[in-house]
Amino acid sequence: MESFSHAPLYAQLAPIVIGLPLLGATILLVAGRRVGRASGALASTLLSIAFVLGVVSFFGVTGHGSQIHLWSWVPLLGFHTGVDLNVDPLAIVMVLVVTGVGALIHWYSLGYMAGDPGYPRFFAYMNLFAASMLLLVLADNVLLLYVGWEGVGLCSYLLIGFWFERPSAAHAAKKAFFVNRIGDFAFLAGIFVLAASLGTLSIPRIDASVSGGMTSGLATVAALLLFAGATAKSAQIPLYVWLLDAMEGPTPVSALIHAATMVTAGVYLIARVHPVFEFGAASLDVVMWIGILTALLAAILGAFEYDIKRVLAYSTVSQIGYMIAADGLSSYSTGIFHLAMHAFFKALLFLGAGAVMHALADELDMRRMGGLRRVMPVTAGTFLIAALAISGIFPLSGFWSKDAILAAAWAQGQYAIWAIGLAAAFLTAFYMFRLYFRVFEGPSHVQEDLHPHEAPRIMTVPLVILGFLSVVGGALNVPGNDALERFLDPVLGAPAAPGAVTDAILSAVAVAVAVIGIGTAWGLYMAPAADARRAALEHRFAVLVHVARRKFYVDELYGYAFVLPGKRLAMWFDSLVDARIFDGAVNGIAAMLSGSGEQIRRLQTGFVRSYAAVFLFGVMVIFTVLILRVAVT
Amino acid sequence: MTPFNVPPIHLSGIAPEITLMIAAFAVLFIGVFTNDRFNHVVQPLVATIGFGIAIYWAVVSWGIARTAELQLSNMVALDRFAIFAKVVLAAFGVLTVWTARDHLSTHHLRDFEFYALVLFCVSGMMLMAASADLIVMFIALETFSIALYVMVGYRRDELAGQESAMKYFLLGAFSSAFFLLGIALVYGATGSTNLYGTPGHPGILSFLTGSSALDVGLLLLGMAFLIVGLGFKIAAVPFHMWTPDAYQGAPSPVTGFMASATKLAAFAAILRLFDVAMYSLRWDWRPYLIGLAIASMVIGSVVALVQEDVKRILAYSSIAHAGFVLTGVIAANDAGVSSSLFYLATYGLTILGAFAVVAAIGGRGERRVRLADYRGLYHESPLLAGAMTLFLLSLAGVPITAGFVGKLVVFIAAIQAGYWWLVVVALAMSAVAAFFYIRIIVVMYMSERLEPLPEGGGPAPVVLGAAGRAVVGVTALATIFFGLIWGPLIGLAGHATLFAG
Amino acid sequence: MSLPAYFPILLLTILAGAFAVVSIFVANRLTPRRWTDVKVEPYECGITPEEMPERERFPVKFYLVAMLFIVFDIETVFMYPWAVEYKALKAFGLAEMGTFIGILLAAYVYVWRRGGLEWAE
Repeated sequence: MESFSHAPLYAQLAPIVIGLPLLGATILLVAGRRVGRASGALASTLLSIAFVLGVVSFFGVTGHGSQIHLWSWVPLLGFHTGVDLNVDPLAIVMVLVVTGVGALIHWYSLGYMAGDPGYPRFFAYMNLFAASMLLLVLADNVLLLYVGWEGVGLCSYLLIGFWFERPSAAHAAKKAFFVNRIGDFAFLAGIFVLAASLGTLSIPRIDASVSGGMTSGLATVAALLLFAGATAKSAQIPLYVWLLDAMEGPTPVSALIHAATMVTAGVYLIARVHPVFEFGAASLDVVMWIGILTALLAAILGAFEYDIKRVLAYSTVSQIGYMIAADGLSSYSTGIFHLAMHAFFKALLFLGAGAVMHALADELDMRRMGGLRRVMPVTAGTFLIAALAISGIFPLSGFWSKDAILAAAWAQGQYAIWAIGLAAAFLTAFYMFRLYFRVFEGPSHVQEDLHPHEAPRIMTVPLVILGFLSVVGGALNVPGNDALERFLDPVLGAPAAPGAVTDAILSAVAVAVAVIGIGTAWGLYMAPAADARRAALEHRFAVLVHVARRKFYVDELYGYAFVLPGKRLAMWFDSLVDARIFDGAVNGIAAMLSGSGEQIRRLQTGFVRSYAAVFLFGVMVIFTVLILRVAVT
Repeated sequence: MTPFNVPPIHLSGIAPEITLMIAAFAVLFIGVFTNDRFNHVVQPLVATIGFGIAIYWAVVSWGIARTAELQLSNMVALDRFAIFAKVVLAAFGVLTVWTARDHLSTHHLRDFEFYALVLFCVSGMMLMAASADLIVMFIALETFSIALYVMVGYRRDELAGQESAMKYFLLGAFSSAFFLLGIALVYGATGSTNLYGTPGHPGILSFLTGSSALDVGLLLLGMAFLIVGLGFKIAAVPFHMWTPDAYQGAPSPVTGFMASATKLAAFAAILRLFDVAMYSLRWDWRPYLIGLAIASMVIGSVVALVQEDVKRILAYSSIAHAGFVLTGVIAANDAGVSSSLFYLATYGLTILGAFAVVAAIGGRGERRVRLADYRGLYHESPLLAGAMTLFLLSLAGVPITAGFVGKLVVFIAAIQAGYWWLVVVALAMSAVAAFFYIRIIVVMYMSERLEPLPEGGGPAPVVLGAAGRAVVGVTALATIFFGLIWGPLIGLAGHATLFAG
Repeated sequence: MSLPAYFPILLLTILAGAFAVVSIFVANRLTPRRWTDVKVEPYECGITPEEMPERERFPVKFYLVAMLFIVFDIETVFMYPWAVEYKALKAFGLAEMGTFIGILLAAYVYVWRRGGLEWAE
């Protein structure tokens, strides 16, 4: 632990990196109306400067980085906790993702949110969001991390409910908040278990002392509690539902939540305290299976969705599932690698979808789109790049990162995980290109009175930058070089990797699967007579057999194996998990709470005599207990 | 005839109280011999100077109190615990005076008597925190209670104010009866009303250390009555029923004062009584306080969810906060005492600020106190909305505010004492409570103001004078300051665990 | 503190209560009743009775005067034992009583200046 003045330059920059967006948020919250139109530029500039400082830090940081002490918090109660930042390679990678992708989203929002009455407020929240996330990743102790954790939750609530005039937005915000509170509750409990048994709140010290300070069983409990917190933040089974409704916020918010911040917090958290998970080893299996099953389930659900933003939301859930699975496989740097790559192409996808909505007066249904490439070439081109990247096509960014996760599963002998991951990869390619084809290719189904147009320059430039990053991002960690991995090694340890030859074969299989997925989508949505074929598929078995005799044997196999059971499964999950169980639980608890509130309120009659009666009732209870206790002893 | 020996009289322990009494008389005298315009300018200053001198007396005795002592025939304690409470109470008093100044002039009420009442009231509260004898404690309790009854009904021409004052008075008298009965039973059991006792003079503490823990039955009964009496003052469930009505009907500055100062004074008595004098009976009083704590947290948090009146929401929130502080009392260790003090001090500052905002928005007659009246406050007065947001986040216990730190230290103290399950309940309830605070915040940032009322000609714009602005600013800064740099204050609270006796 | 020590007090309480109940009961049963108009009028020291406010409220000034009376009444009650033990208490007693009366005097000045002693507006 070093004081600020003795710390190396790159560590001294860290508080400034957090401070800049915080400053922006403060200015805009206090004097947003006076700043007015300039607020977007102000917020974006501040975050961009933070990014530049982050890059400077990136070139300075090595090894375990530096822990700097800003000021003391509580010199009491046995916990020496201060506002301390941990500037190490892992944190810096996260800082770059948050500030870099975040800044691009900010600049894009200048165009997207132009004309919205809540313009300054929007950027205030966005900056606060970024600041909270930066605090989360740079925190040296769990307490400070929790500060960021809560801040992120709060900002997401405010942003999802940004258009709170809409009941659906208010409901979605409430749902996000509620689910995250469940997670926070578990997370806090996990912190308390760690703090109580290890006597420290400092993350490096927790990581160092966990194997000596507590039993493996207790570590498992702590790890699972922390993971429960992570499942809420990172939208994993069974707490993923809030993310889909979170689409109610403005689209840049979705981009920020999905790509750069919030949902990656869980992945980061597990990597950050991985010694706890390693020591409570049983928890890793849970993490791995939850992750990979989420990846598969969300991919299935995404293949049946018509709302473009919801498809992307399922895709986020699915991709985060991969990252969580990577954490579960103890391949933390791989998870972080995928996290960074995902930030590029997912931000791009959301911003592209935003551009489409912008052009089509907030249309979301892909069935009323089509042929948009002709009028929106930049958006379509960059969207295609992102779709190829997320599908894992060589040599785009997503190929390298997803391949690394699957390779890690193989190397650890987790062949089931590998197979499920592969299946999810197939579905990913399928639903992404289903989306791409329906929106940008083929005949136009756009409503007559709409005249789609390309988005303004302020929106397309970020798209192009992100598109570029989605293409070349993989260079960060190309096998054989593994720059990112070696950078993170001191913090996260080296992940398992198969031999080069096996790796090459596995990669080829993955790419093949992705290509088949794209081909399936092409066959069902783009090829001549695709509509008929699809209609045929939807006419179930009789027609299905008829189509099966034709050329698309793979399609039919897929249809037979997946479409119906998948659709049923999807519907079942949708109705059961989403609506009945989950919504039921949310509404039920809310109703129960406010219902009992109503009941108790009825006691509040306003009459002094009934108040005195309640008072006397309390006295009677106390005396009954007193008498019973005396009688017993 | 036995000769009468004058007992030694040291006034250092009650110098702040005497100062405030003198200041109150000064305010009344200046008030009746001058005109209202002069009073409006000078009297808040006189009251503030009184509080300042009281703080000065308290601070200079901080060094003396390194060895805590009992004074005035063992009636009053001069220890750092009492000094800490007195300084914080005086600060609450100053903030109340300046918040009330605008409010009273908006309502065309004569104000100097109000300041005198605040001075009397704080004087009683200080004595409550310092009392080392149940009789003194009762006198102090009645001193500040009677002043409070008047303050609650200070807007005499309004029915709501009268009603809440009446309710508070009746139920307050009711609870005082229980408290007195408790004192009588304690006297019956121990032969003394003193908390500590000295050789030759029995007291609760010396009785408990001397007795064989068998014949404490009568004492337990007395203890139960004392819990009832003090439970009323801290607004713990089920002795809380007056709270929503009184908080709603009282002028907002008074409500803030009740939530901050009354709570601190009553908790100071509770801490001294249970965590010190009756420490060896902790296994006997803990079940009741745990019951009160859980009931307060649950009912306070849950019922607030369905309220539509901001003052009532804050009233239920104050009930819930009483439950949170009780978890620190239940811990019954040094950390518990210091964290409770820290919690009460920071909560008091926050709630005073919040009610200053409520008073400003309420306008004349405080008609704008519904949730709907807060719509779009941000667009009308961003600073006020920002400050209120800060207060609400602090009440919700969101990090980097003082409220978060308060909860944290109280919960850690409870965990150290082994009450982790109570902390689990508290965490769950603070999660529930977050909802209604956030609800107010969201409403404030909604886009437009409410439609003007047809009859009233629409809500007047929010007016906040320089004094009110200063109060809101100071409390907002304190809320964020103690959320970031809590070391010093909690260090002082740590020293304040030094009790006399 | 044993209960038998309080026994005489308990006995006295019962006796006092019983006396009150019995005498009211006996008087009620044994009294001959012959009502006249004059007899049922409220007793007002021989003056022709005023119209009593039945369901109306009394002016609050009555209460004010009553409370002021009680305050000064209690002052007298405090002064009496002090006067009896004046010699034993010496200067200390004088100072204490001086403080006490001083506080009351201050309140008196306040009430007087605020118009608490004036009957008509």
